[in-house]
Amino acid sequence: MEAAAGPNRMKAKELARIVLSKEELFILDVRNESDFNDWKIEGESIETLNIPYFDLLDGVEEAMDRIPAGKNLLVVCAKEGSSKFVAEQLFEAGRTDVHYLEGGMKSWSEHLEPVKIGDLKDGGSLYQFVRIGKGCLSYMAISDGEAAVIDTLRMTDVFAGFAAERGAKIKHTLDTHLHADHISGGRKLAEETGATYWLPPKDAGEVTFSFEKLEEGRDITVGNATIRIQPIYSPGHTIGSTSFIIDDRYLLTGDILFIESIGRPDLAGQAEDWTGDLRETLYKRYRDLPQDLTVLPAHFGKVAELGEGGRVMAKLSDLYRNNPGLNIQDEDAFRRTVTENLPPQPNAYREIRQTNMGKLTPDEAEQREMEIGPNRCAVHDR
Amino acid sequence: MKIDVVVDTKGMACPMPIVKAKKALDGLASGQVMEVLSTDKGSVNDFRAWVKQTNHELLGHEEDNGVYKFYVKKI
Repeated sequence: MEAAAGPNRMKAKELARIVLSKEELFILDVRNESDFNDWKIEGESIETLNIPYFDLLDGVEEAMDRIPAGKNLLVVCAKEGSSKFVAEQLFEAGRTDVHYLEGGMKSWSEHLEPVKIGDLKDGGSLYQFVRIGKGCLSYMAISDGEAAVIDTLRMTDVFAGFAAERGAKIKHTLDTHLHADHISGGRKLAEETGATYWLPPKDAGEVTFSFEKLEEGRDITVGNATIRIQPIYSPGHTIGSTSFIIDDRYLLTGDILFIESIGRPDLAGQAEDWTGDLRETLYKRYRDLPQDLTVLPAHFGKVAELGEGGRVMAKLSDLYRNNPGLNIQDEDAFRRTVTENLPPQPNAYREIRQTNMGKLTPDEAEQREMEIGPNRCAVHDR
Repeated sequence: MKIDVVVDTKGMACPMPIVKAKKALDGLASGQVMEVLSTDKGSVNDFRAWVKQTNHELLGHEEDNGVYKFYVKKI
């Protein structure tokens, strides 16, 4: 059979596999320089070159000279059109092994990779959903035909499908806080499946919908085997931020504590006010918890934080040793770290918060546009 | 402002707005002005970056009801 007369399309799922398995890949990113510098595909064995497509309209010789021969080659742009255009020219110029990314960075941003974190002691399992392109993490606990989803992302069909495949009915969706970097799918998924949507009341002062109050002392059970999801009030990233202990083993920290950083307190405009809360949570409340808990955050900032198979997790005791945000003894130095020289805010973060409050109702294309870029919820994200 | 050529790329996605604009600009004489109409929000940044590196002059741009208009003077 003859080879296809053109470049090959690569799906975000295949790209995710390459990133997670650390396979070598050369990416030619043809977006403009500022979009590229703001946010790009990263991986341990990925090499990237940025040449905007509008610099290649008269020919691809310049690009050909700078792309190593014999390397798996992928052309990437924002949506797909320009990468396909450039890939076709590269193909005609003799690079017959060239791919372009189907759906571009938009698809990359939306791809979710489910990984199993572990079995629960009375039966059932805990899964992590890794949104590799944007750095968001969601969780699903399944036990005895029931499921709870924590920090659900906008792509609710992925969660509904995953639960259905395992014969589980989604009973609860919970958000650790009112998110500012992505649009929560918690309320939508609850509406679609008849589940209960839980939100910390202190983050929900302005919301336009009804919800169940997520508070300490209101334990949530999933299945007969009883996975206790125990909320712990842990303010600092937002005033309502709440963590969960699942099965006495896992600590879901939301956007308070990450693997290599800590949450930023400024996204709701009250950095100074919340600095003390953040310090109290990280240096006292979490300190008082069993140190062998496995921390499962709501984000990662760098691909280096992805562990085996893409899992993002670490022992609480290890984080107290290694995480720079947990090792600032001087209170004033801590205050400066979390309030000064912070990275840029996530794209459209004000509109995203309003959407998560129910005050704005953007359509799907607008939601996608709002979520472009990395999450930037940690103080050390650059 | 005297417009010498209008390039209508409404409804087109990347890379077509800039492909069309480049073609039209190549056909202009020095000092002439091109107006480009686009509905592709994503190409606004691209357009700015493209004009900048061609060394032609971006006289201005505006949005009117979802239509982006760019005015470029050929140097």
